[in-house]
Parts: sequence; structure tokens; C-alpha cells
Amino acid sequence: MSEIVLEHIVKKYGDGFPAVNDVSLTIADGEFVILVGPSGSGKSTLLRMIVGLEDISDGSLSIDGKRVNDVAPRERGLSMVFQNYALYPHLTVYENIAFPLRLAKGQFSDQEIDRRVNQAAQMLELGEHLQRKPANLSGGQRQRVAMGRAIVRDAKAFLFDEPLSNLDAKLRGQMRTEISRMQRTLGTTTVYVTHDQTEAMTLGDKVAVLKRGVLQQYASPKELYDEPVNLFVAGFIGSPPMNFLPVQNRDGALHSPFGSFSLPEGRARAFDGAPELLIAGIRPEHFRDWELVEPEDQARGAEFTAKVDVTEWLGHELYVYLPFEADAEVREALEELDRDLDGESLRTQIVAALEPGSLVREGDDMSLWFDPANVMVFDPKTGDNLTRDPANARRLAERSEQMRQRALERAQAEGASVVGGKE
Amino acid sequence: MSATDRAKSEAKLGWMLSAPAVIILLAVTAYPIVQAIYFSLFNYRMTDPDNRSFNWGHNYIVILSDPQWWQTLGVTVLITVITVAVELVLGFALALVMINAIRSVRPWVRTVILIPYGIITVVSAFAWKYAFDLPTGFVGTWTGNSDFDWFGHFGSSIVVICLAEIWKTTPFISLLLLSGLAQIPGDMLEAATVDGASWWQRMTKVILPNMKAAILVALLFRTLDAFRVFDSVFVMTSGAQDTATVSFLAYDQSISQLQVGMGSALSVMLFLCVAIICFIFIKGFKVDLGQVRGD
Amino acid sequence: MKANPKKTILWVIVGLLIAVYALFPIVWIVSLSMKSASDIANRHFWPTNISWENYQLIFTGDAHDLFIPALINSIGICLISTLVAVVLATLTAYAVARLDFPGKSLILTMALGVSIFPVISLVTPLFNVWSKIGLYDTWLGLIIPYLSLTLPISIWTLAAFFRQIPWELEQAAQVDGATPFQAFRKVIVPLASPGVFTTAIIAFFIAWNDFLYGISLTSTSAARPVPAALSFFTGASQFEEPAGAIAAAAIVVTIPVIIIVLLFQRQIVSGLTSGAVKG
Repeated sequence: MSEIVLEHIVKKYGDGFPAVNDVSLTIADGEFVILVGPSGSGKSTLLRMIVGLEDISDGSLSIDGKRVNDVAPRERGLSMVFQNYALYPHLTVYENIAFPLRLAKGQFSDQEIDRRVNQAAQMLELGEHLQRKPANLSGGQRQRVAMGRAIVRDAKAFLFDEPLSNLDAKLRGQMRTEISRMQRTLGTTTVYVTHDQTEAMTLGDKVAVLKRGVLQQYASPKELYDEPVNLFVAGFIGSPPMNFLPVQNRDGALHSPFGSFSLPEGRARAFDGAPELLIAGIRPEHFRDWELVEPEDQARGAEFTAKVDVTEWLGHELYVYLPFEADAEVREALEELDRDLDGESLRTQIVAALEPGSLVREGDDMSLWFDPANVMVFDPKTGDNLTRDPANARRLAERSEQMRQRALERAQAEGASVVGGKE
Repeated sequence: MSATDRAKSEAKLGWMLSAPAVIILLAVTAYPIVQAIYFSLFNYRMTDPDNRSFNWGHNYIVILSDPQWWQTLGVTVLITVITVAVELVLGFALALVMINAIRSVRPWVRTVILIPYGIITVVSAFAWKYAFDLPTGFVGTWTGNSDFDWFGHFGSSIVVICLAEIWKTTPFISLLLLSGLAQIPGDMLEAATVDGASWWQRMTKVILPNMKAAILVALLFRTLDAFRVFDSVFVMTSGAQDTATVSFLAYDQSISQLQVGMGSALSVMLFLCVAIICFIFIKGFKVDLGQVRGD
Repeated sequence: MKANPKKTILWVIVGLLIAVYALFPIVWIVSLSMKSASDIANRHFWPTNISWENYQLIFTGDAHDLFIPALINSIGICLISTLVAVVLATLTAYAVARLDFPGKSLILTMALGVSIFPVISLVTPLFNVWSKIGLYDTWLGLIIPYLSLTLPISIWTLAAFFRQIPWELEQAAQVDGATPFQAFRKVIVPLASPGVFTTAIIAFFIAWNDFLYGISLTSTSAARPVPAALSFFTGASQFEEPAGAIAAAAIVVTIPVIIIVLLFQRQIVSGLTSGAVKG
């Protein structure tokens, strides 16, 4: 039950390179916050500074209003789930979970320890494994033991360091919902590090997107998706990722390799003073097959025509890939973005996620429909989103905060009856 | 900066923890070897310390011009080459057995193979000596030549010495080779099989090249060890029939005859030989000691 | 693919051959130790009659004065030098495996250098110095040089073991509320102790096996260890072979080692190979 405040946090290693640079975040009581970014973004370092395993080079970290920069990890009252679980191989599951309680000498009686361990085990469905050693457990079971150890004492906050990265895809999905339910029930402040944007979107009340040690945007998943501040956030959030196209800003219209279109009145004004060459971002799901769009809608949208390179039919969706040639300047910007996102720039192409009923096949010439109101426009030099709407962003933030409070109240009302009196 | 402070205190702690062992190691090796080099330049007999005199490396000239030195060096090289060569082949065969044997046989092969490793070298030397030597030996009876004096001839003495050495140290080399063998990924061998390699081709084209590092390390350790052979020679022949090795000669000079100057010079010579072997392995065969270290 | 019977039989035969190879000299020594003085030169592998007189000779008979003190010396000196080596090597190996400081690879290289040092090169100068300062023919006079045998391999083996310890657990323990000392005692010690134990066994074997120091740096039963003492055995009379007594003494010092090998073979193998080649 705590508020964690990071103010201008800096981490410099011996060579002077800042792994984390001037990060400020406020994590409200009971909030589930995700630190997300590609490798080398400093997200794990930031987490380790919060828990006290890394020194803070500069800035201030406070928990419940108390500065804890120089407080030892064990006195910060936080609990953590490590990437490789860090279970004690010589102790049974029971003793692993009981470990933090046994360390707090005299605070807990044996009955109290037994009650708490059993309660945690019941919550995580570990009851039948309590006397086994970690080496004999499956990956998912180890994961749950690590969580059990974290929740068994009344920690001020839970910290997770890429806890699901060692599990296979199916288990990952299950554990994700498990963690989400647990956090809501206990209502404990949680900081969760991941490189997986799906985990970030599904778990977080708020997501902090980091790139090379610098905080890019700290907002709700919805806001990140609808109103990203820059090219990096736009490209990082969403799967398949947003398509980026080079566009020429001439005569009040945007000219792309696939055709020209104009933005609605209000949005176009935003880049009056911008350079002529811009990057337009359109999410794959905002494209539709022109053939399947109702005639009355066709008129208010814009049209792209191109030759289909590859199609992938997934049952509920059809992906079509359309390659294009990009100018050198834009290609450079896109390649750099790809590097930042841990990707490998293979070829410039757009991906459209179409209705499964579409009859488009490889080699066809096709027309794509999209609503220009959904297009974002970025400055290729700075990466800034020129079409971001701060008023809408504020609205989204308020709404997500209300939703969080509601979900928390509901879950705790239900959880109290299930768990029985756990704070 | 606190980062450098931490590095400094870590370095300090590291050296504080390492210091006792490092000091002892230096005290029991660096100091004696320096002293050996110093004494080796004197004409010095322990029973006659007053006549100690500096003789300008005369000891080394005596050694190098004495056929006995070359004889013992030759014997040492001979024993080293025979034992290491046989051990390598035998050890590799044992390693192959240990890795390929069916599950019910494998564990006790591994256990039984460790027994010679645990036996004191002197005990092994006595066992082999009494097996061959005249009044006690059964080998003569078994070979139908019960009056043959195995320790009465140079060749047969060397054979028995080598047998004892090989028996005792092959397990060690086979364990080193086994750990090298175990590191070859199974799917690499499967890939070679699918690619059409025969057993022999898999052995020579896949397994051996990938074990090169392990083989060379095992070879280096065993060569250095074999070159210092002493216990078996002492127990079996005491240097009779020209079977003295370099270690035995040095021991005889300094401990038995108390010729400190000459004994020291021989010790330095042996040390140089070992250093040269090391140098040849590391520079010539490019043995990667980083791999030994496990970094 | 279950093993077919033919293959099983083949492997059992191979296994038996290896067992014969490994045990043959041991069985021979046992057999020899059970031959009576009149039987010792029977020129056969097995004794004509089983006799315990050689064991009586070394424990209560004429060889008693030679063997019993040597046995005590061996046990005492080897245990002490093993203990000292393991304690010092644990500190060093912890530093090498866990801490980052300039010169740590130098320490490992030095340990390797010492382990390949020819013992005879050290014996001569030590003999001179020990004679002068009165350490000749004392326990301490053997314990110190034994460290040159046991310390390097202990450092290597332990460093290899310590590298495998998931040190992340130390941090996990701190987050769980442990003091640094609690983290060490409750998490690291239980994980490190198997490695330390294995290292102790290997170090003990090496000290137990020494002959050159033992024979060079002692002159009486005050400090002479068993391997050196064996070569001083004489028969019941001047002209009789001491073979029986030696064989009995050899068996006495070999049996405990074989038992240790059988009990801890898995640990010994991992220790031997991880110390030498990354395993």
C-alpha cells in the first residue's frame, strides 16, 4: 500500500554512460505500472534501483514520501519476482515461500507463518507441491512459487522483472491473467518490467515507455495507442506494428507512394510549419478492403492502390503485405526506428489487417480503404507526433483512472470474501 | 563517484580475501625456486658448509657435459612419451565406453574407473613391483618364464614402470576427455549421421576436432605430470639399470648425497624443462588456458 | 529402442574387463597381504592359505613402531593441510568468482603455475631452509609444503564451483529482508558447501598421495607419513622380504580411500573435471 515517486533518476556506470537518464515517474498507491522498452532501454536497471539492488547515481526515490535512496533493500519493504525466479534450490517450496517471514525474526509465530504460506499456496494453487524442491517443478510452478514468496508478507509494493519471459506462449497468457487477478485482489502497488508490448498493454494501468534510458511517454495503454507522443512509441505499441509511409506535404494534401489523401481540417493545421517530407503512420487494422466497404462510407475515406506481395490468412484476419520504395531520408529514419525497436530492417512495406472475407490474393492489384482521421503524421527528424491531440489524451487519462478505481473496488470487494480478511 | 568507490572497495576486498593463499603460494614456490637458483651457482655440500664457494655456473657446465644427465633426460622423455601416448588412447577408449555404455553398466564403470585414481602412487608402484619382482611375482609363472628378472634389465624395468604409471593415471585423463566428449552436442552428431558420415568419419571429422581443446589440456597436464615421474622409479628400481629419471637424479644429489649446489642446479634444470614443455604447448599447440580456467 | 540382449551382454563384458583392469592390482595387493612369510614367494597370484600375520606384524608386531606413528602422521598432516587449504582457497575462490578486481586472473594463472611446478625443484631448497630453522622432520615442515600441492587445485576447483552458484539468490534474499550475513549463511553456504566438501576430498587425496616431500623432509617417525614409511619396512628378519608387511600397510591406507571414492564418486568426478576443464 504505497506510493512510489521517482524524481530525475539517473544511473551512470563506470564509463559515464547513462543507462537511465533523468526519469521521473509517480506510481500511485495500488497502481499497476509497466516499464516497457526494447533491450538496453534501462527498464530493468530502473526496477533494480527502486528495489535497491543498484545504486542511484542522481535524483531521488521516495516511498510513501520518505526518501529511500540510501536505504538497504531489506529495509525498503518491497518484494520482487526475478526473471529467473531466484528460488532457493536447497529449500522446499514451503520454505521458499516462508523465507521472508522467517527472516523477520520474532515477528511471526510458527502458526502465523503456516497460515500465511498456506494462504499464498492456496491462492496460487501450489498446495500439493509444498514439500517439493524447486528443481522438480515445471516452469509455471516455479513462477508461482516466486510469486508466492513475493506476496506472503505485506510488502509495500511488488516488483516484477520480466517474470514471464522464460515461459512458453500459452503459459505466458495464463500467468498474465493470474498476475492481473492477484494484483487487483491484493490492491498492492506493482511495478512490472517487460519488453513485450502485449504484456504492457494487457496488464498495466499505466505504461512507461523507455528508450535508451530516457522516458518517452508515461500514460494509460489506450492513450499510448491512440495518442503516442512520437514515432518510437507509435511503432512500439501495437501488433502488428504501425505502418510508416513517407509522404510529401504539398498543396494541402499528403502524397504517398500508394496515392494521395488529405487529413480532416483540424488535424492538417498541426503541421503548417513542418518540413515538406513527413512520415505518415497508419495502423494495420485501420485499413479495409475497398471492395467490402459500404458505398456510403467509401466516399469519406481515402484510397491506396498497390500490388499484393504476400498474404497471410489467420482465420479471424487476413494480413496483406505491400512493398514500396522509400526516399533515402525517410528510409534512414525508419531503419533507425527499427534498430531502436530491436528489429531488423528487411524491406519497406505496409501491412494491412483485413476482414477474413476479403478475396485478395498474392499478386493481385488491390485497393485499400482507410479513414484519414486515423492517420498520424510524424516529423522524420525529431520523431514528434504532429497530430497528437492533448485534449483527447487528457480525456483518455481521466477515463482510465476512473476505470482503474472501479476495477480495484470491485476486485477487492470480491477478493475479500474469497481470501478472507487479507489486507 | 560512488561507482568508482564501490569498484575500489571491491578490489580491496578481493585482494584481502586472496592475500593469504597468494602469500603462501609465493612462500612455498617463488622463494624456494629463487633460493635454488642462488645455491645452484655455488659449489656447496651440506656436510661441508665452510667450503661453500661461488663457482660461476660451473655446476651447469658439469651437468650439460655429463652423459649421465643426458641419459636420465632420455629415460624421462621415454617414459613420458610412452605413458602419455598409451594413456591418451586408452583414456579416450574408456571415455567412449563411459559415454556410450548402456544405462545399467555406465554408473559402475564410472565408479570402478575412479579407484586407481584414489590409490597412492607408491602403493601402486609396490603392487606392480611385487607382481613382477623375483621372489614374490606371479607374472613369471603366468608367462612361463619364472626365472626372468624383470628388474635386471633396462627395457623390462621401463615396461613395468610405465605399466604402473599408466594404470594409475589413465582414469584421470579419461575423465578429462569424458567431460570434453560430453560437451559435443548430440544433435551435431545426429546432423553428421544424417549427412552420411560413417562412425569413423564422425569420430575424425566431428568429435576429435571439437575435442581438440580438451585433448590438448589433458595432454599438457599429463605430460607435465609424467615428466616429473619419481615415486615409481624410487620404489621399483631406485635408479638401477640406468632407469634414473631427472627427478630421481636431483633427489639423489641433494637429499641422499647432500650436494646442495649440484642438486639445486638439477632442480633448476628440471624446472626449465617443465617450463619449456609448457611453452611448447601454449605457443606451439595453442592450448587455450582461458578454456582451462573456465572463463 | 530397448537395448537388445546381445548388446547388453557385450556391454557387460566390456564393463567386466574395465573392472578387472581397475581392480586387478588392488586384489593382488590384498592377496599378497594375506600370504604368510613362508608363502610369500609362492610365485602364484593367490595365497596357499589365508594368513593374518602381516596385519598382526604392522599393528602389534615388529613393524608396529614404524607403521602406527606413520599412520597418525599421515592422517594428522593431511587433515590439517586439507583444512587450511580449503579455508584459504574458499576465500580466494570467492573473491575470484564473485568480485571484480585487477589481478584476479593473475591469481588463477599463478595457482596453475604452482600446480605444474616440479616438486623436486622445491624440495631441495626447502630441505636446506627447514634444516636451518628447525622445521625438518616436523608436522609443520610437511604441512606448509603440502599447501603447495593442495592450494592450487583447491582454488581452481572451488572457483569453478562458485561460478555456478546463482548469485542472484543473494540479491533475492536481500529483497526478502535478509541482512548480508543472513543471505550468506542461509542461502550461499548451503549452496556452496557441496563444492567445498568435494574440494576437500580431492585436496586430501593429493596430500595423502605425496611421497617426495614425505621422504625428503623427514628422517624419523616424528613426522614421516605412510607412503614414505613403506619404503623403510623390513622383513621379520634381515633377509626376509618385507613384501607382506608392506602389502598389509598399503591395504590399510587404501581401503578408506576406496570407500570415499565409492561414496562420493559423483562429486569427485565433477570436481576433478570442473577444476581442469570447464565442465
